[in-house]
Amino acid sequence: MEQTRPPMSQRINRGLTYLVALAIALWILIPIYLIALAAFSPRQLVYSWPKPLLPTSISIETMRFFLTSYGVLASVRNSVVVAVITLFLSLLIGAPAGYALARYVFRGHHAFQLLILSTRAFPIVILSIPMAVTFINWGLYDTVLSVALVHTAMALPTTVLVTSSVFIGIPKELEEAAMTLGCNRLQAVLRVVLPLALPGLAAAAIFTFVLSWNEVFAAAILTLQNRTLPAKMVVQLNESPIPFRFAGGFFLLVPSLLFIFAIRKYLFNLWGVKLK
Amino acid sequence: MRRRFQWEPYILLLPSTVYLMLFFAWPMLQAFELAFRDENGVWTLEFIQRMVNDVNFWKAVRTTFILIVTIIPLQFLLALAMALLVNAKLRGSDLFVYIYALPLAISDLAAGIIWFAIFTERGYLNTVLYSLGILDQPYIFLNYQTAWPVVAVVLAEVWRATSIVMVVLVAGLQAIPREYDEAAQVFGAGWFTRLWRVTLPLLRPSIQVALILRTILAFQVFAVVLAVAGQALTVLAAEAYRWYGSWRNPHVAAAYAALILVLSLGTTVFYLRTLQVSEEVRV
Repeated sequence: MEQTRPPMSQRINRGLTYLVALAIALWILIPIYLIALAAFSPRQLVYSWPKPLLPTSISIETMRFFLTSYGVLASVRNSVVVAVITLFLSLLIGAPAGYALARYVFRGHHAFQLLILSTRAFPIVILSIPMAVTFINWGLYDTVLSVALVHTAMALPTTVLVTSSVFIGIPKELEEAAMTLGCNRLQAVLRVVLPLALPGLAAAAIFTFVLSWNEVFAAAILTLQNRTLPAKMVVQLNESPIPFRFAGGFFLLVPSLLFIFAIRKYLFNLWGVKLK
Repeated sequence: MRRRFQWEPYILLLPSTVYLMLFFAWPMLQAFELAFRDENGVWTLEFIQRMVNDVNFWKAVRTTFILIVTIIPLQFLLALAMALLVNAKLRGSDLFVYIYALPLAISDLAAGIIWFAIFTERGYLNTVLYSLGILDQPYIFLNYQTAWPVVAVVLAEVWRATSIVMVVLVAGLQAIPREYDEAAQVFGAGWFTRLWRVTLPLLRPSIQVALILRTILAFQVFAVVLAVAGQALTVLAAEAYRWYGSWRNPHVAAAYAALILVLSLGTTVFYLRTLQVSEEVRV
């Protein structure tokens, strides 16, 4: 495609291609714009109709109403705690497996990979229903830890595959060089591989955070008092006033968008795709 | 070199294997046990019968399948277009890639709320239709007697979950050597012929992965439906939630969970059989 490019018809084609690309970009951006608009409208405007389509009167009244509603801040804190536990647990448990898959040839390599992949053929959050019964027996029901444990199960397969592709991306030779210079394997990993893997691992961790922050079903099943934000919102969704929903929807969205912006370079690498 | 038994990889795999046994394999068995066994340990079909005889059961089954057969083809077309655009390396394509990837981070609940804001009676769609002079009264879209709630959920899901399909397809596209396309071009094949005869057949493994991933996600749609349509629609996962969350009946809820697990496994096997290429089932 790159070399030969007949000018005229090709130029029209390019124009059309841009048009399609732009249309799809707008299809994604416009709904995000609309919820931002709704969340920053004064309250009486949220109820009004027809609504202005441009930000003519901006106000933080609706957002403040949401954030000061009873229990919202506590649920935000729960969400963050759950997501942080999930992120550390899944890296701690998953990264060693990712390293093993990347560096060793051993019997059962393929079998393990299949196990990991097959877990993705199941909707893991649905398993929170039997887990709820177990957690009641363990005395863990309605705790942030129970939610984090299920979220870790949900994130673990991805973490293993992603970390394995991060480690594959780091030349084996560096590690071997460190080992000929007198490091043992553990030291080589800690001093040479880990610093190089850090950006990739951080991207994976951030993605796990977003996964957990967004998860609704398991969180709603596993908690009663200690709700995470999405769980709290979904449980009272149909009784809550419209401004609460709009502001809440926007508030859920923001950290995700910021995080995705932070790891935009790694977004595709997370799935083992190198954008050429 | 030494050819003795290597312990290290097994030790490294141990934590995740144990974890998945404990929090994946075990609860899966437990779901079936809860669904088929009562508190006294007696095996019974009572809970399955209660599930099937519930007024909402067939509604939930129907809606879930309607959503799957409408959402997935739409998503595929859109994701393919997006993937081809990303792969075409337009100027400024970095920005497009970022925008196209944005929905990866958006929760189903937030997406549901966003599309609720669009479709609700005093929402943005009615506003736009009014300013275009098409309506002079707001139309009630989210009325359970019309097909609009389904349309709204379909749009919300296509909006939110197409990016993941795109990522899988981009991965597949990048693995195809450019030479194939160039060769077809040399022989005078047009754009569409090349897409249909060269690119798509080579993309089959990725299409398979994306289909499996998407269908399984579709069986667990929950928050989008609740946020957009409220009581007007119900799906399998929403019923599972209701039986546990509202009626506090883990047995019938587990029956729904078991059904969803069986359906997911069934579709995976179906796709693997019909699309015939395994290997490379990465992602």
